[in-house]
Amino acid sequence: MRTIRIGSGAGYAGDRVEPSLELIEKGNLDYISYECLAERTIAIGQQAKLKDPKKGYNGLLEARMEKALPLIWEHKVKLITNMGSANPIAAAEKTVEIAQKHGLTGMKVVCVIGDDILPMIDKYQDTEVWETHEALSKLDGQIVSANAYMGVEGIVKALEAGADVVITGRVADPAIFMAPAIYEFGWSMEDWDKLGKGTCMGHLLECGGQATGGYFAEPGKKDVPGFGHLGFPIAEISEDGKLVITKVEDAGGMVTPVTLSEQICYEIHDPENYITPDVVANFKNITFTQVGPDRVEVTGITGKPKTDTFKCSIGYKDCFIGDGEISYGGPGCLERAKLAIEVLKERLELVAPGQFDEMKYDLIGCNSLYWNPDYKYNEPSEVRVRVAGRAKTKAIADLIPNEVEALYTNGPAGGCGAVKRTRDIVSVASILINRNDVKPEIVVYTV
Amino acid sequence: MKLYEVAHSRTGDKGNISNVSIIAYDPKDYAMLKEKVTPERVKEHFKGIVKGKVARYELDNICALNFVMYEALGGGVTRSLSVDMHGKGFSSYLLDMEI
Repeated sequence: MRTIRIGSGAGYAGDRVEPSLELIEKGNLDYISYECLAERTIAIGQQAKLKDPKKGYNGLLEARMEKALPLIWEHKVKLITNMGSANPIAAAEKTVEIAQKHGLTGMKVVCVIGDDILPMIDKYQDTEVWETHEALSKLDGQIVSANAYMGVEGIVKALEAGADVVITGRVADPAIFMAPAIYEFGWSMEDWDKLGKGTCMGHLLECGGQATGGYFAEPGKKDVPGFGHLGFPIAEISEDGKLVITKVEDAGGMVTPVTLSEQICYEIHDPENYITPDVVANFKNITFTQVGPDRVEVTGITGKPKTDTFKCSIGYKDCFIGDGEISYGGPGCLERAKLAIEVLKERLELVAPGQFDEMKYDLIGCNSLYWNPDYKYNEPSEVRVRVAGRAKTKAIADLIPNEVEALYTNGPAGGCGAVKRTRDIVSVASILINRNDVKPEIVVYTV
Repeated sequence: MKLYEVAHSRTGDKGNISNVSIIAYDPKDYAMLKEKVTPERVKEHFKGIVKGKVARYELDNICALNFVMYEALGGGVTRSLSVDMHGKGFSSYLLDMEI
């Protein structure tokens, strides 16, 4: 029975680089996959691409490839990533350039495209948007990106073409981890149980350190050994779907049924129906068994046939958010902070009556994370006022942080440490489209 | 007793939907969690924060309850006015529940 080892090189766009290098060097890996796309990452990348056609891919691509490419070549590990973001072609060309610089002659970099459906967005004007329950044409704002969550198909094609490095735009997160198993073992794309297991593997690995003790530690209750040098997880998957999650032996962190229980529940809704482009996975009866130090076997996963649709994320510009903060400390700080908020409400209504679509007033240290009106908090030794609001124009949004800063000379006593900013917001909406509308294609580069 | 004493938790986000898991440290406490931590109680705990419904799913083998909270993130991570746009702090808040 053949088994392959797949490492998790990143759990988000800006993740730490060092654990991925440790995995390539010491993980005895066959593959390493870097998951780097959140919901609106591509929409932001698209903005960068509009300004410069050579940009729009992951900001850490160069830093990661500079170090990872020589190592994967030396250790015979294949690298798969969605760092292509809004511009997979430019990302692949940059990767080739880095490989050439390091003299990695013969390395094959394969780009997967086809997720970008912006050119045919007019076709979906009548399609219902999940968030608004209205037709796409009613979306209030300028659409700047539209990308389908593709499955493993394009990545498997890339591996069949001999890829050492695969670079994609939007694909479902688990796909970049599951594709190697399908390619290596020749799993049928209708073997739903195996695809369920592969998807489970991807789900456990896609957030990097979150499977090994990251986003987990609770002093005295859930202590994590070697936290400072937290390692990223490795999956061992066999031809028959047997799955073990582990890590590099001397890396920090831990792999236990407890760390994995938290991660399997991360960002899922109904565990019986985890919908991906390739399969509807069923995690309902999952079991974790410690089979060795930092080795956990995962069982009980099945799958059901895939749906006829692909989810698409639509990026659109619809507002500006202005926010400002200022602190108050010492005796009476809470009363002064509350007075600051009262004054701000009055002044913002004065300078721009009715022009803010939504406002939020927070007392950081008291109620900024949990604003249930019945929630009881104690007076802290210091408190930070924060005001955020939404407006249609930057000029109006700017008024909020400006009024916060002006509390220095026009507000309660002892205001300090004011900061202000205004952001141009790219929002994300979701639609479903017919999966046949999207055809992944590959572009092959040889160094 | 606070939920914090017997369970741990993790939050995730998709669009305007937040999901918060509650996992028993000791399998012996799982039946009690199932009885006491109902969707109704969770909805009440998140009063003023979660605007939509709360659904509960059970993963019995790992003693986990998964709460899916709709209209929970101020319109979604990308446009929320909250300091915590992802609602990542909701897990710790749920563990503050008295049971």
